[in-house]
Amino acid sequence: MDLSRLEINRRTALLTSAAIAANVINPMRAFAQETPRKGGVFNVHYGAEQRQLNPSIQASTGVYIIGGKIQENLVDLDANGQPVGVLAESWEATPDGKTVTFKLRKGVTWHDGKPFTSEDVAFTAMNMWKKILNYGSTLQLFLTSVDTPDPQTAIFRYERPMPLNLLLRALPDLGYVSAKHLYESGDIRQNPTNLAPVGTGPFKFVKYERGQYIIADRNPDYWRPNAPYLDRIVWKVITDRAAAAAQMEAGELHYSPFSGLTISDMARLGKDKRFIVQTKGNEGNARTNTIEFNFRRKELSDIRVRRAIAHAINVPFFIDNFLGDFAKLGTGPIPSTSTDFYPGPNTPQYAYDKAKAIALLDEAGFKASGGNRFALKLLPAPWGEDISLWSTFIQQSLGEVGIQVDIVRNDGGGFLKQVYDDHAFDLATGWHQYRNDPAVSTTVWYRSGQPKGAPWTNQWGWEDKTVDKTIDDAATEVDPAKRKALYADFVKEVNTELPVWMPIEQIFVTVITAKARNHSNTPRWGSASWHDLWLSA
Amino acid sequence: MRILSLAGRRLAASIPTLFLILIGVFLLLQLAPGDTVDALMAQMGGGDAATAQQLRKFYGLDLSVPAQLGNYLWHLVRLDLGFSSIYGKPVATVILERLPPTILLMTASLSFAFFFGLVFGVIAARGVNRWPDTLISTLGLVFYATPSFWFGLMAIVVFSVYLQWLPSGGFQDIGTVQTGIRGVLDIAAHLVLPTLTLGLIFLAIYLRIMRASMLEVLNLDFVRTARAKGLDETHVITRHVLRNALLPMVTLIGLQAGTMLGGSVVVESVFSLPGLGRLAYESVVQRDLNTLLGIVFVSALLVIVVNFVVDLLYARLDPRIAAEG
Repeated sequence: MDLSRLEINRRTALLTSAAIAANVINPMRAFAQETPRKGGVFNVHYGAEQRQLNPSIQASTGVYIIGGKIQENLVDLDANGQPVGVLAESWEATPDGKTVTFKLRKGVTWHDGKPFTSEDVAFTAMNMWKKILNYGSTLQLFLTSVDTPDPQTAIFRYERPMPLNLLLRALPDLGYVSAKHLYESGDIRQNPTNLAPVGTGPFKFVKYERGQYIIADRNPDYWRPNAPYLDRIVWKVITDRAAAAAQMEAGELHYSPFSGLTISDMARLGKDKRFIVQTKGNEGNARTNTIEFNFRRKELSDIRVRRAIAHAINVPFFIDNFLGDFAKLGTGPIPSTSTDFYPGPNTPQYAYDKAKAIALLDEAGFKASGGNRFALKLLPAPWGEDISLWSTFIQQSLGEVGIQVDIVRNDGGGFLKQVYDDHAFDLATGWHQYRNDPAVSTTVWYRSGQPKGAPWTNQWGWEDKTVDKTIDDAATEVDPAKRKALYADFVKEVNTELPVWMPIEQIFVTVITAKARNHSNTPRWGSASWHDLWLSA
Repeated sequence: MRILSLAGRRLAASIPTLFLILIGVFLLLQLAPGDTVDALMAQMGGGDAATAQQLRKFYGLDLSVPAQLGNYLWHLVRLDLGFSSIYGKPVATVILERLPPTILLMTASLSFAFFFGLVFGVIAARGVNRWPDTLISTLGLVFYATPSFWFGLMAIVVFSVYLQWLPSGGFQDIGTVQTGIRGVLDIAAHLVLPTLTLGLIFLAIYLRIMRASMLEVLNLDFVRTARAKGLDETHVITRHVLRNALLPMVTLIGLQAGTMLGGSVVVESVFSLPGLGRLAYESVVQRDLNTLLGIVFVSALLVIVVNFVVDLLYARLDPRIAAEG
């Protein structure tokens, strides 16, 4: 292990934690009595351009960061992570869970002046959420129709019971509404409105220069009184992370969302009084680092080998020295930020124990010959610096128990193809994104029968009838307490079998100017509408 | 006019080369794992298999590789570069939008490098092995050895973060859209740092070449003759030596017009410029085959045109070339 590197990282991590502690507390106290100021331009770092901007047909932070200010969802999450109405004012489910009725807000208009009605909700749900939206198509698989008895009522009818708490936790991400009158004719994917979105939100789309910037101005007819405060939001396309950090320092950027800067730059800016560097406001975008095992490899299909690999890696050491305050020890697929479903740390865990790892490998019959037991091919995903560091750490840790690891790096498309379609991996490591309810994008990592090629799903060649049953039962259980218990069983089961190991929990890091007020006040603030955000003088 | 027919023949010969390059790039990209739908899935953070299938059909990826290649070439002979999957627009439009910043940056930094390379090369050659030469050569070496992204970032730190003289990135000011002469000045201010960053590396090469070339020509007989017939030194240098020493410089500019397009990926990323280099990089990562092939096509055209102009310049600088054919 390279010691000089470790020391630098440890120092950075320590400085960072001190800086974060100092910065998070002070500004809040100092400005508590300020009155909101109208006006100002808010400049946002936009790292990776997407192909379109409509959040009704694409669920990703890269779309929400823009489209989420222009279009609105039926419900969002409040400061405590509980569902709060946006375009929906209230909701009600029948006891059988097959009908959910939303009462919609009155007096809301689209940016082009047309009124917002239940027709828009019905059209979006049936044609976008159910047919096009990633994760939406799975969530709304059993949606049969949306009835609109009057302009303020939308009744969702399901073939199978839909747990209300699942729907309400999924809709903040998967419940953005588009205008029916703009989308009803022609191919939705090719509709020019996707690149010049029209919504009901606090900001109106103005201009998109590809490769340069996107501009949205305040919506004077917004339905919330006195909102928004900002005159304009500008998203600047900056692909180079170091250049983005320099622009933050030059005052040309106010906000870099979703860990958009390098770990060292975030640590450095955290020490600067002009910036706030924190994970608060991103709790709704929790993710875990994974180790995915390919069961087609004889060695990895042996539970003792999988457990040995987990025992061989000193996760707390890795977090302390490489990720610092930006990460914590994970305990399974449901992260501790998920207050509604987190089962606690008392599920099977694999603490660092090199001797035990060696004993397990010996017991499984893979004796070391010349120091080596067998070789594995590890494919790290290219999404972040942490994955790259983590894969090197895995390689060196497993080397010490006699497993030789060869790292094969790919870009995004290549990684997904090789792991989830070609299955050309032994170990893979990337992020599992938790989307506020395990049924949205977590259980697909474990449920058998996933079609080949579907990314971030069970492509391990592993199948467990008990786990499948727990997952299926939980997905249609309408009683919240029973659902929580079922997901606790699920975590126990998958932590025992270990088809995928999720030992690190991370939340995205926000870097924002200390002049910003009312920021990071919800668990998915980067994606939220920013109707109450303002800049102090 | 023999030079024209010569250059014309070379132009004709480059057309098959162009097609071979395009087919080569097409096949090379087939070797990369994953297609544009995989890249889109990576960007979206997931999606189900049915969606992926719909999207493959939407992007025309359900056809076989030879059929896709055939389609592409058939469109190309009708001068249609196809449709970009990441931009949802015709490739020709996308490239046309990106061409102005690239060409501006390229001409600005090439002119900068050429002009100052020439001046410093002459100064260094005149004072060979004395302090101006040592200073210029050392600086040249430093510029040449420094990676351009580092240069760019340091320039931003010094001129944008500390001194706040120049904007740190982008092509124009977004807050207040300027028109007319103010608009030109605005774009110029945004291009100063990227031009210097890209130009400095090339400057180093030009000044070395110019220096060597000057030294060689200075020792030739006709220079001695010129001096012997009593011409003053300035005359000797500008009228006799410089013109002859320029030939290698002109060759180099032709060669580097091509490299400049590739080399600007780094500079465009650091300074957030919407140029062709970044577009090419994005197309590779997003597996947007049509756009990438379009860029290869346009870049190749550009190189061919520049070389054609260089051929003509040769004839202008050295009439012997035109005469010999």
